[in-house]
Amino acid sequence: MIDLLSSPLMQRALLAALLVGATAPIVGTYLVQRRLALLGDGIGHIALTGVAAGWLAGSLAGLSTPESLALPGAVVVSVLGAVGIEWVRARGRITGDVAMAILFYGGIAGGVLLIKIAGGTSANLMNYLFGSIATVSGADLLWTAALSGLVLLVGLGLRPLLFAVSHDEEFARASGLPVQLLTSTLAALAALTVTVSMRVVGLLLVSALMIVPVATAQVVTRSFSRTMALASLIGAVVSVVGLGVTYWYDLPPGATIVVLAIALYAVTTTVQQRRRRPDPTADPHPDLRDDVRLAGEA
Amino acid sequence: MTTTEPVLRTEAIDVVLGGLRILHGVSFQVQPGEVVALLGANGSGKSTLVRASLGIIPVAAGRVRLFGEPLGRATPWPRIGYVPQRKPAHTGVPATALEVVRAGLLSPGHWRRASPERAMAALERMGMADRARQPVQEMSGGQHQRVLIARALVREPDLLLLDEPTTGIDLGTIDAFVDAIDAMRRTGTAVVAVLHETEAFQAMLDRAVVLRHGRVVHDGPPPPARTEHAGPFHEHTHGHPAPEETTGALEFDLIGDDE
Repeated sequence: MIDLLSSPLMQRALLAALLVGATAPIVGTYLVQRRLALLGDGIGHIALTGVAAGWLAGSLAGLSTPESLALPGAVVVSVLGAVGIEWVRARGRITGDVAMAILFYGGIAGGVLLIKIAGGTSANLMNYLFGSIATVSGADLLWTAALSGLVLLVGLGLRPLLFAVSHDEEFARASGLPVQLLTSTLAALAALTVTVSMRVVGLLLVSALMIVPVATAQVVTRSFSRTMALASLIGAVVSVVGLGVTYWYDLPPGATIVVLAIALYAVTTTVQQRRRRPDPTADPHPDLRDDVRLAGEA
Repeated sequence: MTTTEPVLRTEAIDVVLGGLRILHGVSFQVQPGEVVALLGANGSGKSTLVRASLGIIPVAAGRVRLFGEPLGRATPWPRIGYVPQRKPAHTGVPATALEVVRAGLLSPGHWRRASPERAMAALERMGMADRARQPVQEMSGGQHQRVLIARALVREPDLLLLDEPTTGIDLGTIDAFVDAIDAMRRTGTAVVAVLHETEAFQAMLDRAVVLRHGRVVHDGPPPPARTEHAGPFHEHTHGHPAPEETTGALEFDLIGDDE
């Protein structure tokens, strides 16, 4: 245990995992409530185009390490893509699932094309697709901390508004709230979360860290605020524990974290189902007044 | 014409949705304290008129004025309450009744004034205070509807728009609801309600606007109570003079065919 914490590399990785694990489910709670659980996946794919675009920009600019622009590229392209898709969706020009499908395919194809033009190979994209937390540098950690901080600040600071618009968009509009601005903010938060998480779990598994802790939390919680808090806690714990496991066993960190999160979900649902074994004889609404009086009843 | 500013006025609005013209040049207005029923068959444009009046869907032509102001930043949103058509509570993230009602306190400029005390008071009025911490996903249709009504009442609005508030809910809920609306009407709140059945509101209705195929075909006295449906709500006292025209103007079918 002491070894685990004494390595600076592991310290950075653990901190990054903690930040990302706690942040991703906050945004995920809004996405699940808006029934856009797969939006993170769509953004994850388009972020790959951003990674390659940043790389291309780096090599065009003659940088010695063109990869250094990959993260900024991913941030810019995924935020634009996410806000753009939200804009198109709001205008009803295209249905949510078709928009998502186009993001998926376009994102991957764009990434593979651009990385080739930049003089790289698809293999260069693997670190982004599956994560590379073992190579987190001090600068990476700063980026992660800054972006997580921003997501937390906005995601928690605007919670009443983001809740209102995620729970009932029509009512939010009738309250005069700036719905388009809020949904775009949410899309941008999701995009930032994806790019911040890509080093930890990889773009293909990013969405799992946003969604699975929320799915687990809502099995046991009964309010929005508790779901969000518990999901964030679960995200932080599975990320840190999952990464810790890979210190002793040679396992890929991203996949370990996600498998752990899903295992926790499976255990939670099973336990909860046993605890609340349905009683078919129970009246689900015992306190509802009857509005029909039958003959012979008092 | 009255001298007071209408709380809601639409001026020849057209609404086009999915290439179909849903409303054709609809003009109507609501005075402060007036209770107006919007009637008409399914698909006649009642809900669309309410939603366009609130800016939920855009108007293709014409103007909407709320308290004399155009839709947008100038609209006094905190003075407006809305109860949308109830959709089945979905299976997403659980949200308690209190959380839902607190969302009703938000408006531009009041982004954080979500006082739990006011939300509790609104739930109390709808008889739902003991369920404030229950998720709406677990509620029956009538209970959920009470929460949605509380979410509109919590703003203490001067204009309340209701889209089929009593459809598919039990008599007890309708009773609590009619009492709450009646109390608000007495304090000067104007009410516009999309209704399929007017019995429950009969005693307080000032006027009925009937839509057919997206056009206003009647704007005047509400239909009379049908004796066989005379419900248990007729004891509500009239707080205002009876409508002037009580004879001859209620043959909606004939009015529609005049065009």
